Amino acid sequence: MAGDTDKLVRDLALRMGDNALILGQRVSAWCGHAPVLEEDIALANVALDLIGQTKLWLGLAADLGAGANADDVAFLRDARAFRNSLLVEQPNGDYGATLMRQFLFDAWHYPMLNGLKDSADARVAEIAEKSAKEAAYHLERSSDFVVRLGDGSDESRARMQDALDALYPFAGELTTPDETDDALAAAGLAPDLNALGEHYDAYLDRVLSEATLTAPEGAVRKGGKAGLHTEEMGHILADMQWLQRAYPGATW
Amino acid sequence: MYAQEVKSTGQGVKSLEEMEPDERAFQEKINAEIKIEPKDWMPEGYRKTLIRQISQHAHSEIVGQLPEGNWITRAPTLERKAILLAKVQDEAGHGLYLYCAAETLGISRDQMTEQLLSGKAKYSSIFNYPTLTWADIGAIGWLVDGAAIMNQVPLQRCSFGPYSRAMIRVCKEESFHQRQGYDIMMKLCDGTPEQKEMAQDALNRWWEPSLMMFGPPDGDSVHSAQSMAWGIKQNTNDELRQKFVDETVPQAEYLGLTVPDPDVKWNEDRGHYDFGELNWNEFYDVLKGNGPCNKERLDARRKAWDDGEWFRDGLMAHAKKREARKMAAE
Ligand SMILES: [Fe+2]
Ligand SMILES: [Fe+2]
Ligand SMILES: [Fe+2]
Repeated sequence: MAGDTDKLVRDLALRMGDNALILGQRVSAWCGHAPVLEEDIALANVALDLIGQTKLWLGLAADLGAGANADDVAFLRDARAFRNSLLVEQPNGDYGATLMRQFLFDAWHYPMLNGLKDSADARVAEIAEKSAKEAAYHLERSSDFVVRLGDGSDESRARMQDALDALYPFAGELTTPDETDDALAAAGLAPDLNALGEHYDAYLDRVLSEATLTAPEGAVRKGGKAGLHTEEMGHILADMQWLQRAYPGATW
Repeated sequence: MYAQEVKSTGQGVKSLEEMEPDERAFQEKINAEIKIEPKDWMPEGYRKTLIRQISQHAHSEIVGQLPEGNWITRAPTLERKAILLAKVQDEAGHGLYLYCAAETLGISRDQMTEQLLSGKAKYSSIFNYPTLTWADIGAIGWLVDGAAIMNQVPLQRCSFGPYSRAMIRVCKEESFHQRQGYDIMMKLCDGTPEQKEMAQDALNRWWEPSLMMFGPPDGDSVHSAQSMAWGIKQNTNDELRQKFVDETVPQAEYLGLTVPDPDVKWNEDRGHYDFGELNWNEFYDVLKGNGPCNKERLDARRKAWDDGEWFRDGLMAHAKKREARKMAAE
């Protein structure tokens, strides 16, 4: 049975690590291009936290057979092997879309990490313990911006509503369990996503109503957990993995 | 410092006897190495020179995010990605302290931004060169941050308190950056022949522009004497350039790289390395706006500012609404 647990933990580590990596990759592209200097600094902070978490999660996945080390797992897999949600691979768009994507992610990420602190697997619990504090700060920040810009000027409100309309369909994937999520919860390795989903929806309701924004109705768009990504994914990897592919075997 | 061509506005150096009492008291403080603080009396020329120098320096930090930011999404390992992100973030932080230091002299950050975006204010020409390969990230850390440190260490003793204090903080971080850049170069030079070639190519392209970061030769440099008397400048451009060459040539040798100047040779009599004439026409040309990336750099900064307008306005609108609600509740 240890083999089954290891496989489950590996899948979990890939999901957590790939979400952190792809979102970190997206956010880091803002460096030097943000609307105010303070945001250049704050976004770099968020990206740094996410890349730091990536090292831990993908390091664990590598220990459990996903690759030789965290870098190989990050830079030598093709799109079909990535397990991040579709939400995090969505383009940066305007700054409102970047903040909305972050908010929809953070509102899941923080309670998820909080739940993972109680994982039956000590390695998972340890990474969650380190990461949850960072995620709490990200959530505070992104929620605050959603409220201020939603309940801001006419233009900022319109932009935040557009961002929510475009991104909300991808949010459901984070809290919709698949077989792996169910098995993780049953084994006490990860929190129950159904319960987490209720908390998530309630939190979104509260923040979005304060922001005077309305979540659209419609189907959930998912597939990332099974490696069925949007077309964005290949372009992200073409950029992120280019150097490693152009100079195979080199160390840097 | 990345303020390479600051013309001070003083009229030539006056002696203490020629000065009015305010100015004499001011100069005596400087001579006694007592810091000048924002509220203190200061000659208009001193204020203007400092505003120009500090804002150029701040703009350089801001524009300096761009060439290195260009490689964050393509960094070769997670660790290098994190280090580069942290570095670019530090540069933004340097920009922030420096804008704050300049603001104490009576100019706003918005005004300084306006001067940068309109092309009125300068920033260091070094950032108008492109980062073509990963080795350029190593070369920038090693050479550009290295030259910046050489320039900034003496500025820690600058007579203007806020600038001096900003430099003390900045210098600590810049020396990290230099070490990290050199570490990238070492890894490349210990790597495959292709990696070593990449490192040599980066050195070839960044060497001369780095030496030009110290500004024009002393003979052509304007108003240096006044800046020295005011304690804004401690060393001449050529002194600092020589110091940089003396420090960097052995570092290149250690890497097994060749400095792209056939005239570089240890001169026993001088106790310094000799080096060849730099192409100052290119320097003035880049300064005028004709460098390889001048347009891209300014366009990127203008786009960031213009695209961010709704964001800044939205936050202001919210703050006003919140204020109005608070008033209504009271
Ligand atoms: Fe600097
Ligand atoms: Fe800096
Ligand atoms: Fe630096």
